Amino acid sequence: MTIEFKIPDLGENVESADVGQVMVAEGDTIEAEQPVLEVETEKAVFEVPCPHAGTVSKIHVSEGDSVSVGTLVLTLEETGSNGTAASAAASAEPEAKKEPEEPAKSEPDTSSAPQPSKADPEAASAKPAQTAAPATTAPSKDQPPAPAGPATRRLARQLGVDLHEITGSGPGGRITQDNVKEFVKNRLANPVGGGTTVAAPPLPDFSQWGEVEHEALNKIAKTSANNLSFAWQTVPHVTQHDLADVTDLEAARRRFVKSHEGAPKITMTVLAVKAVVAALKAYPRFNASIDMSRGELILKRYFHIGVAVDTENGLVVPVIRDCDQKSLLELAAELTDIAGRARARKLGPNDMKGGTFTISNLGGIGGTGFTPIVNYPEVAILGMARSRQEYVPSESGPVARLMLPLSLSYDHRVVNGADGARFIGKVTSLLSEPFQLLTEL
Amino acid sequence: MAGAVVETEVVVLGGGPGGYAAAFHAADHGMKVALVDLDTAPGGVCLHRGCIPSKALLHAAKLLNETREANEWGLSFGEPKIDLDRLRGWKNEVVDKLTGGVRELCQRRGVDLIRARGTFKSSQSIALEAVDDSALVPTEIRFEHGIIATGSVPAMPEIFRIGDERVMDSTGGLDLKDVPKKMLVIGGGYIGLEMGTVYAALGSEVTVVEFTDGLLPGADRDLVRPLAKRLEKQFANIHLKSKVDSLEAKPEGIVAHITGEGVEPEQLFDRVLVAVGRRPNSANLGLETTKVKIDEKGFVEVDSSQATADPHLFAIGDIAGEPMLAHKASREAKIAVEVIAGEPAAFDNIAIPAVVFTDPEIAWCGLTENEVKKQKKEVAIVRFPWGASGRALTLNRTEGMTKLLVDPKTERILGVGIVGVGAGELISEGILAVETAAVARDLGDSIHPHPTLTETMMESAEAVFGQATHMYRPKK
Repeated sequence: MTIEFKIPDLGENVESADVGQVMVAEGDTIEAEQPVLEVETEKAVFEVPCPHAGTVSKIHVSEGDSVSVGTLVLTLEETGSNGTAASAAASAEPEAKKEPEEPAKSEPDTSSAPQPSKADPEAASAKPAQTAAPATTAPSKDQPPAPAGPATRRLARQLGVDLHEITGSGPGGRITQDNVKEFVKNRLANPVGGGTTVAAPPLPDFSQWGEVEHEALNKIAKTSANNLSFAWQTVPHVTQHDLADVTDLEAARRRFVKSHEGAPKITMTVLAVKAVVAALKAYPRFNASIDMSRGELILKRYFHIGVAVDTENGLVVPVIRDCDQKSLLELAAELTDIAGRARARKLGPNDMKGGTFTISNLGGIGGTGFTPIVNYPEVAILGMARSRQEYVPSESGPVARLMLPLSLSYDHRVVNGADGARFIGKVTSLLSEPFQLLTEL
Repeated sequence: MAGAVVETEVVVLGGGPGGYAAAFHAADHGMKVALVDLDTAPGGVCLHRGCIPSKALLHAAKLLNETREANEWGLSFGEPKIDLDRLRGWKNEVVDKLTGGVRELCQRRGVDLIRARGTFKSSQSIALEAVDDSALVPTEIRFEHGIIATGSVPAMPEIFRIGDERVMDSTGGLDLKDVPKKMLVIGGGYIGLEMGTVYAALGSEVTVVEFTDGLLPGADRDLVRPLAKRLEKQFANIHLKSKVDSLEAKPEGIVAHITGEGVEPEQLFDRVLVAVGRRPNSANLGLETTKVKIDEKGFVEVDSSQATADPHLFAIGDIAGEPMLAHKASREAKIAVEVIAGEPAAFDNIAIPAVVFTDPEIAWCGLTENEVKKQKKEVAIVRFPWGASGRALTLNRTEGMTKLLVDPKTERILGVGIVGVGAGELISEGILAVETAAVARDLGDSIHPHPTLTETMMESAEAVFGQATHMYRPKK
């Protein structure tokens, strides 16, 4: 009996993925739930298991293919099926039996099982923003010309808008110049996950000045580029700097780490997560998102902190959930785990969603300060540079203290400068006064 | 300046309606521009050896035909006296006036007009060679951006090159050396039919040989039918599904060997016009010294911004692909220049109109019925016969027809086809409708002047919704 295995729902907002590796070959016998495919989505690489057991009779995808939900991956010959049973009736049965364990994974009309996407509180707000195709106005041979006059088309080209994405308000769906302007306004107010709306001018041919090499961007790099440019263009950034005197905290941290070998390693980042959560509680506007289209601020009552992790394949920001409810050791353990998985490209798409604030620690690499870009739709990000010994005046003369440079970037639409100074002041004082940090735990 | 090397921002090679439009547009954008052209004045094939002289002669032909037809309404002018020298002179005057005007516009805009043969030496340099001994031209021109606009030339298959001046291409036909008693036109496309119309009106017995099973292959059959009917009367013979195998020069004329069902295999003609198409003029331009790519038909490959594979070079007009029409070239010229100027321009036009200036004229734009059949699209087609047009009756020309191709869901006008007198002028409203995504209601509810042929556009649009005022279709 033949079973077709198709790409299941890959997770919230994941519309397509690139096939990284096909992990089986034609003729292989596989077990149920055996990983058969490694796919690369916008921010992670993960394995896709096939719920069915059988012998692979045909593989329909190959490395580098772009696949989406429903793409046919494998044709399987079910092992052990002796083909004598009435095949039409039997064909549906084995699958149906498995379904209860795998709600909405491959059966399109699973009736009662709740769709995972509906259960996710984020889904509702994320829905209207469909993944945007890169802006193009060049007429495509497959599509009929968009119903718009030349002047409207010119405007769309200038604004980098694909007219096929717009539903016109005129008779016959005719797109007016106002429709185009409205579309751009909406898009700026309701930014989409990826895709900048402004078309870049064409690049010159660099090879005319010397040798060049072309390196294709991977999905992580493309997504980061889109998100960063969007945040950069949309969020009015302000960055404030401060120095935290972490002499005592760092000494205590070292003592603890030394005396607790085998325990999860508490790093300055872990301590910063705690300090940030305390500051977020004191200044809730930093734990929010702005919705310009509705003219409101969405304040979040949970504290999910994203931590930027540098990996071979680019920057990813896994999220640690409910940081306010976790001990330092729990946070340390989770951070170690998640950073490790990020480097091994084993993060699932949901590991990177739902953050309310981001920390980027470049201290391990160096620098005296930097201006991080807000991880939209969050409103603020804390950058940490490398701590160094500085002489600080004291009553008994200059004393060497270990100073940690902090840089706080925030969305000036949400936060004013005074609150920015208060927030970074709070973080600084918490890190400078370990006892005070203790009181916040 | 002889022997000198000049430098410029933009150079346009070829001074036709694409090339000179590009040069003007670039100058209007404040660029330093040179226009290199072979002719004494810019204008290209269109002004010198194509659209303009042929339309002058077609106008004369139409007048001749109308004076003859007026007999029916009681107007007799007698046999016309044709002074071929004066007619030719008038046609040349028209051309000179227009090309002289273009030359003057070059001067006024500060375009450096260089009469020379240009050959690419590299992506940013063209070698120049004087066309006649008297002209002093620089030997080389260097530039930042080049626009290739060298157009096309009439195709002359090897078998017809018999070295006899009585075998002509369209250029020779327009020279109007004489009015041959018997003339053979090879090719039933628009050039052959336009030239055949001229010579027939002047008194030649015209025979057309067309390889396919109908005149104007490619055009919708319902548009061609009224024309074919009229040409059957004007021409001596129209041989379809036939082919001229060879030509043979004899003192008494050119013998054509023709294959075709029921066609006299050997026929004698005084002159032969070969009108089997046009070829892009991409050979011998030195393009191999650039990164420009040329396809197997000889067209320079371009993208929607008219850019070639060479980052310094653009191509527009006939050389950049079908359809080989002057108005397409002029539009492409603007796009190329705007792209050079850094504007986000792209050739995204929906409707490129085509006009056949026969009598009746045939014109269409946007989607055609032939394309609908090929692509199996669902399209509503309405036809308004000119028999129901008051204006057509007053002109005694009711054979015309106006046709709209409409999206049945959105009622968007996707294409327009017209056959009839003045179709070439009437089509512009259709172009505006298609290009601006107008719906049938827009056209039907706009007041059109009465009595004019433009009303047929309005009434076709009305017919989309059922009945047109002057046409009643029994309900099904």
